[in-house]
Amino acid sequence: MTLEGRAVVIDQDDVDTDVMYPGRFIGILDDREMATHLFEGLDPTLRDQLVGDTILVAGLNFGTGSSRENVPAAMRAAGIRCVVAKSFARIFQRNCINLGVPAVPCPEAVAAARPGSRIRVEIDTGVVVVDGSVFLATALPPFMVELLNAGGLAPWIRSGRGGGTR
Amino acid sequence: MGRTLAEKILLAHCEVDEIAPGDFVMVDVDVVMANDLGGPHAARELVTMGVDRVFDPSKIVVVADHLMPAKDIQAAELLKVLKGWCDRQGVTYYDQGRGGIEHTVLVEEGWVVPGSMIVGADSHSCTYGALGAFGTGMGATDIAGAMALGRFWQIVPGTIVVEFSGARNAFVTGKDMILAVIAEIGVAGATNMALEFVGDGARALGIDERLAVSNMAVEAGADTGIFPADEITASYLEGRTNRPWAAERTDEDAEIAARVRIDLPGVPPLVALPHSPGNVVPVSEAAGRKIDQVYIGNCANGTMTDLRQAAEVLTGRSVHRDCRAIIVPASQRIYRQALAEGLLDAFVEAGCIVMTPTCGACLGGHSGIIAAGESAVTTTNRNFKGRMGSSESFVHLANAWVAAAAAVAGEIVHPADVVGKEAA
Repeated sequence: MTLEGRAVVIDQDDVDTDVMYPGRFIGILDDREMATHLFEGLDPTLRDQLVGDTILVAGLNFGTGSSRENVPAAMRAAGIRCVVAKSFARIFQRNCINLGVPAVPCPEAVAAARPGSRIRVEIDTGVVVVDGSVFLATALPPFMVELLNAGGLAPWIRSGRGGGTR
Repeated sequence: MGRTLAEKILLAHCEVDEIAPGDFVMVDVDVVMANDLGGPHAARELVTMGVDRVFDPSKIVVVADHLMPAKDIQAAELLKVLKGWCDRQGVTYYDQGRGGIEHTVLVEEGWVVPGSMIVGADSHSCTYGALGAFGTGMGATDIAGAMALGRFWQIVPGTIVVEFSGARNAFVTGKDMILAVIAEIGVAGATNMALEFVGDGARALGIDERLAVSNMAVEAGADTGIFPADEITASYLEGRTNRPWAAERTDEDAEIAARVRIDLPGVPPLVALPHSPGNVVPVSEAAGRKIDQVYIGNCANGTMTDLRQAAEVLTGRSVHRDCRAIIVPASQRIYRQALAEGLLDAFVEAGCIVMTPTCGACLGGHSGIIAAGESAVTTTNRNFKGRMGSSESFVHLANAWVAAAAAVAGEIVHPADVVGKEAA
């Protein structure tokens, strides 16, 4: 699986899911409606940069805090194809993978990326190319890659690969 | 090579014979928990998964707490959908007025025993570690997967052993102990780790304060935060559950990722300043900050222990005229006990707002939102920018003594300055 797109950069560490999707919108179930509130407590103008081919670039411990899945769901609906960060908070990375949004830790690629950079991410190998410069991320565990290739946990289970329901 | 407590619990719930940190495993669950946010999301995801029935209704528990009492029509619809889904699936549902805040309810009602594996659609599901369980939080799709399959995917965490050593100072609680840990290791210091709390200072804690400690393990990035079960755990579980359990502990020769020692005699009451749980200072350094709202409640610190501490400050005193105080007992059981002990009467007499159990304002949902420019002291677990309302508001995390004292003084003060040196 290879993803290409243009960088939108959040140049901060410890960006939490509350600022990315404030609690007052948390009861919304429709992904497209969620997308209209994405980054509301961080910088609502970031939404204007999401034009369907975004590779989101972020700092350390990205997605810390609440387990609210609204964040990756809204990201997916807003056309964010992949998130490359220096590191991820555990639950946020799980949620991304489960929704079929690759969340790839690669500090060197983040350091090289500028707003608008052309980025290519090869999920199976961990290769991240930023404006022609090649970086190697720690490859995601094979199971995460399998989930991503399936389109996320729900299609993976639907296809029976979870060993069936008991 | 020996094993850590977290590894032993995982191993007992896996089909493999050996595990090591970093391994991928599929883990069987004993309990799957969802609330009124993750629950409706998970129900929808189950449909996407093509799953009509949950794997075992007896292992699934749903609690209404974040949106209740329904704050608006959208919330009312979600609660209605959730109740209907629970009834159709035959799972246990703690409806509005029947339970309270999820983590407190699961602990009180005997769902949590040492050694159990519990996943919850809420990041603070690590709270179950207070009873020696591996509790861990996840998102709604993950929870739907666990409801469908009875298992979930997991990367085996390493273990950071936290030793609490020595006697606590007056007005220092479990809240301060976990804030001290987060200050020490940082808000990402335990990513892909389990915390394990040991030492005489850990063993001295009652269950309420262990809950406060384990609750904020995720604020250091941890998968879970576990107290090895002991006689205090056993005594708490007596008559509360018929689930079998056995106390396990980390082997002497287990591989530990890191050891952290917190010397309690050096820990004063602490405050996490805006906008990070890791932004921790002694209460004396935060003193003088004007406070508009005090909030005592939530899954970390809405227990009887917290309410008794708050009542000791507030009984016979008044909430400052420029401040408001909101008290939220964490469960119906706690609400009734506080009522029976006269605490709620003392709070109301002091000028507090006493709420029904709800997550409400903790996450900026409802029932205690703060305005631009306002500052709050709360016993909750997160003080991110805008967490409790306006992006221009300020949340300080502290224990119930400090919170109640701020309500009386209208500013942050050392609780001893309100109630005297000896009270705690």
